[in-house]
Amino acid sequence: MTARETTTAGLYLHIPFCKTRCAYCDFFSVTDTDLIDAFVRALLREMVAYSEEFREFDTVYIGGGTPSLLSLRQVEMILERVHRVFSILPGAEVTMEINPADWGREHLSMARELGINRISIGVQSFDDRELSLLGRRHSRKQAVRTLKDAAAAGFDNLSLDLMYGLPGQSCHQWEASLVQALDFGPTHLSCYELEIKGLTPLGRRIERGELPLRTEDDQRAFFMRTSEFLEDSGFVHYEISNFAKGMDRASRHNQKYWDHTPYLGIGPSAHSFREVRRWWNHASVTAYVRDLDAGKRPVSGMEELSTEQLVLEALFLGLRTKGGIDLGRFRCRYGCNLMEEKGPELEELCRAGLIEIEGEIIRPTRSGMAVADSLALL
Amino acid sequence: MENIRNFSIIAHIDHGKSTLADRLIQRTGVCDMRTFKDQMLDTMDIERERGITIKSQAISLPYQARDGRTYTLNLIDTPGHVDFSYEVSRSLASCEGVLLLIDAAQGVQAQTLANLYLALEHDLEIIPVINKIDLPSADVDRVIGQIDAELGLDPDTHLKCSAKEGTGIDDILEAIVERVPPPKGVPRSPLAALIFDAQYDSFRGTVIHCRVFDGTVKASDTIRFMFNDSVYRVEEVGHFGLSRMKRDQLSAGEVGYIIAGVKTVSSVSIGDTITLDEKPCDKPLPGFKEVKPVVFASIYPIASDDYEDVAEAVEKYKLNDAAFIYEKDSSVALGQGFRCGFLGLLHLDIVQERLEREYDLSIILSVPSVRYRFILKDGTELFVDNPAHYPSPMTIAEAEEPYIRASMMMPDKYLGPVMSLCIEKRGVNSNMHYTSPGRVELTYEMPLSEVIFDFYDRFKSMTQGYGSFDYDLIDYRPSNLVLLDILVNGEKVDALSQIVHRDRARARGVQACDRLKDEIPRQMYKIAIQGAIGGEIISRSTISAFRKDVTAKCYGGDITRKRKLLEKQKKGKKRMKMIGSVSIPQSAFLAVLKSDTDS
Repeated sequence: MTARETTTAGLYLHIPFCKTRCAYCDFFSVTDTDLIDAFVRALLREMVAYSEEFREFDTVYIGGGTPSLLSLRQVEMILERVHRVFSILPGAEVTMEINPADWGREHLSMARELGINRISIGVQSFDDRELSLLGRRHSRKQAVRTLKDAAAAGFDNLSLDLMYGLPGQSCHQWEASLVQALDFGPTHLSCYELEIKGLTPLGRRIERGELPLRTEDDQRAFFMRTSEFLEDSGFVHYEISNFAKGMDRASRHNQKYWDHTPYLGIGPSAHSFREVRRWWNHASVTAYVRDLDAGKRPVSGMEELSTEQLVLEALFLGLRTKGGIDLGRFRCRYGCNLMEEKGPELEELCRAGLIEIEGEIIRPTRSGMAVADSLALL
Repeated sequence: MENIRNFSIIAHIDHGKSTLADRLIQRTGVCDMRTFKDQMLDTMDIERERGITIKSQAISLPYQARDGRTYTLNLIDTPGHVDFSYEVSRSLASCEGVLLLIDAAQGVQAQTLANLYLALEHDLEIIPVINKIDLPSADVDRVIGQIDAELGLDPDTHLKCSAKEGTGIDDILEAIVERVPPPKGVPRSPLAALIFDAQYDSFRGTVIHCRVFDGTVKASDTIRFMFNDSVYRVEEVGHFGLSRMKRDQLSAGEVGYIIAGVKTVSSVSIGDTITLDEKPCDKPLPGFKEVKPVVFASIYPIASDDYEDVAEAVEKYKLNDAAFIYEKDSSVALGQGFRCGFLGLLHLDIVQERLEREYDLSIILSVPSVRYRFILKDGTELFVDNPAHYPSPMTIAEAEEPYIRASMMMPDKYLGPVMSLCIEKRGVNSNMHYTSPGRVELTYEMPLSEVIFDFYDRFKSMTQGYGSFDYDLIDYRPSNLVLLDILVNGEKVDALSQIVHRDRARARGVQACDRLKDEIPRQMYKIAIQGAIGGEIISRSTISAFRKDVTAKCYGGDITRKRKLLEKQKKGKKRMKMIGSVSIPQSAFLAVLKSDTDS
C-alpha cells in the first residue's frame, strides 16, 4: 500500500469567494462576489502565462473558498481553458469542492458532463446546532439532499468534509455523524479536527470563555477514535485527516503536496511548486486581477528550498502519510541517508510505538500520526 | 623610612571599608573631586555592585601631619570575604598596622573577629574605628563595650567616624602617623620583598605588588621568586598613585610594584618572596602558603558552538586571577567544557558572573563539588573533585571529605534554628560562648560539602541578616560517600552526578528528579528520570508524553508555513541539550544546581 508513484504535475485552481465567512475560518477568502467576473477573466489569463512551463497534468482540483459560487458557465469556461492550454491526461482526477447550499441535482449532472469526476462536499456536520456553531450557511437537510443528488448524478468518487472536536461535542455525537456519513457510501472522507484560530469569531468566543477549549487528551481521543472507527469500516487512514475506501480512492491531487510532486496553483493566494522552487500569488483579488491585466504573473513571493529544507519538508510530510518515507527514494532524491543520520532516534520512536520500520519504509503508527508534527523534529 | 606608614583597613563585609578608603584618598588630595569616583579602590563593576572588594589594591597617600612633616601612607586594601582569607593575610603581612572598622549599628561580627585574629597573628598595631556614627541606629556605647569585651582591645583607643559624611577622617590620618610604627628594615641587606598581589596589564604583563622588607630593587636587577624558583629581569619599579608612578628604586619599608616581563599572574604566587638572584637573602619571608582551590565545578557553554569563545574567555580571565584554575573537561551530556577550581562559592559566583558579563557568554555550571580523598585497596591515595572520576566502589578502602571549622556570630535568639541547621548539615563538636550579653559565637566542625550546598543562604535568612559566618579548612575525615547519578530514560547525565554522603543521597536524588520533572518539557515519549547509586534506583519521576500535536490540514501553501514553524522549533531544540533522545533545556540543569531553599 504505497502512495501512487507519479511525477506528473497537478493543477489547482483557487476560487477565493465565499458568501459568508465560517466562524472557524482564517483562510484567505473574499465575500464581495461582484469581483467574480473580473476574477474569472484573470484566472483564464493566468493559465496561459504558464503554458510553457507546465504542459500536462493528471489531476485538476477546483478548490476554495467556495467554487460552487461560480455559475456552471463559468466552470465550463475555466475547464475549457484548462484543456486548451494544457494537456490533461486520460483518466485524470478532476475534483471540485462544493457547498451543500449551492448546487442541486441538475448542477451536479452538468458538472459531470463538464468532466468533473470527483466531488468533495463540505458537509462538516450532520447536526444543525453544530452547523450553526460553525457558522455554515447550509442545513443538515441540504447536506443530505446534496449527497443524494451527487450519487444520482453518477458521482462514484465522492468525498465528504467533516469536522470534529467542536466545542461541546462529545465523542459519541461525533461517531453518530460518522455513521450518517457512511450511509451515503462515500469513497473518501476528510475529517478535520477543528483548530481554533485566535482571530476567528469562534476563537474569540473561546477566548472570552463562552465556549470550552478542548484538552489535549480529548483531542487525542477524537483523533484515535476517528481512525479506529473508519479503519474498522473499511477505510484507509492514509493521511492525518484523510480516509479512503482503498488507496485507489485516495485523493491523487492532494498526495502531490505531500511528496514534492510539482503542482501549479492558479488563482489568488495559490501556491505552486516545482523542483526546489515554491511560489505563491497575491492574497488579494484586486492585486491579482491588476497584475494579470498588466500582463504580469500575479506572483507575490517565491522561495528556493535548500536541501536541508527539502529534507525537513519531506520528513514532516512523509510522516503525515501512511505511505510514509521510502528510505531508498529519500536517499536518491535528497542525498540523505536517514538510517545513517538518525538511526538511534528512529529506533527510539519505533520503541515508543510511534513509527514502524518495514524494510525500506518508515511509516507512522496511529499514535505516531497524532504527534506527526513532532516526529519530523527527530 | 621614618616617614612611611604601611596600613590596611579590615572589617566585616559592608562595614564601610571602601567608603573609608575613598575618604582617605580624597582628604590626602591624591585626586580632586572631579576625577573622584565613589569607591576608587573597587575598580571592577562587580565590586562596586556587590559592595565587596575582590582584588587587593594599594595606594600611596602623601599626608602632611600636624607635626609639620610629610608622610607616605601606604594603604593596602584587602579582599572582604572568607574565600580570600589567605590573600588578606598576605596583605596584612605587608603592614605594620590596621584600622579595624566596626559598624556602629551592627557592632562586632564574625569577620571582625576573624580579621582581628589575623592582625594579631602579624603583631600589628590595631586602631579600632567605629564607622557609621551618623546612622540613627548607631549605638556607639555598645560597640565600645564590644571592643573591650569581645575584641579584648583597650576601648579608650577607639576613634569615631562617618566615612559617608567625611567626619573623623583627620583623626584617623593622625592616628595612623602616631600609632602605626614605621617599617623596620635594612636597605643594605639582601633584597627580601613580599608579594601580596599581582595584576595583569595587557601592555606590560604581570604587575607585581610587593612590600620590601630589606634591601632595594631597581630596574635591570635580576630578581628571583624564591618559592617558584624563577628568575626575571626587572623592567620598572614604582609606587602606587591613582595610577602607577615610576621610581628609580624601591627600598626597605616601601610598598610598590615591580614589572619584570612576567607573562601571566599564574607565574607569581601570592606570599612568595622576591630576592636578588646574585645576592639572595638567607630565607624566604614567613607565612607562605600555596593557595589551593577547595570548590570545583565544570563550566560548559550553553550552545556547544560557543566552546571556542568560552575557552578564550577562561584563558583571559585566568590572566588576572591566579587562584582560579581550570583544565579541559568533557561531558557526555554537555559536551566540551572546563573543570575549574575556586577558593570558595563566592569565588565561583564571581568567576561565573564575570565570564558572563565581561565576555558576554552564556554558561552553565555542573554541580559544585569539594575535593574528596580516597585510599584505594591497593594503597594508592586519590583526590577526586569531579564525580566523573569517582573510583569504582569495589576498589575503595577508605573515603574522606574535607571538614571546616565554621564560626558564626549572632544574637542568641537565633541560636536554636542555627544549631538545628548545623546538625542537619552534619556539624559536630559544637562550641558556644557568649561574647557579650545576648550575643553568641557558635563554632561547629562541618563537612565543607554541606556548606557549599545551600548553607550560607539559609543561615542568612534564618538569622535575618544578623548572623555572620566565617570558616577555616581543618582536616579530612572519614565519610560514607556514594556517587549519585541522574538518569534520563536510562541514560546517565554525567553533569548532574554528585558525590554525596550516603545519608544525603536519597533526599538529593528526590530533589533532582522533581526539579527535572518541572523543567523538562513534555516530549513524544514518556521520560523516566531516576536517581541511582550504583545500580540501585533511589528516586524517580516521570514526565508523561504529549499525545496530540498534529495540525489537521497541510496543503499547498501550508507547507511553507508549517516548515517555517518547524524550523523555528528545530532552532529552539538546538539550544537544548540532547540526552539520548530527550531534549533538556538549560533551565533544567540550573534548577538541579539550585539550593533547597530556592524552590
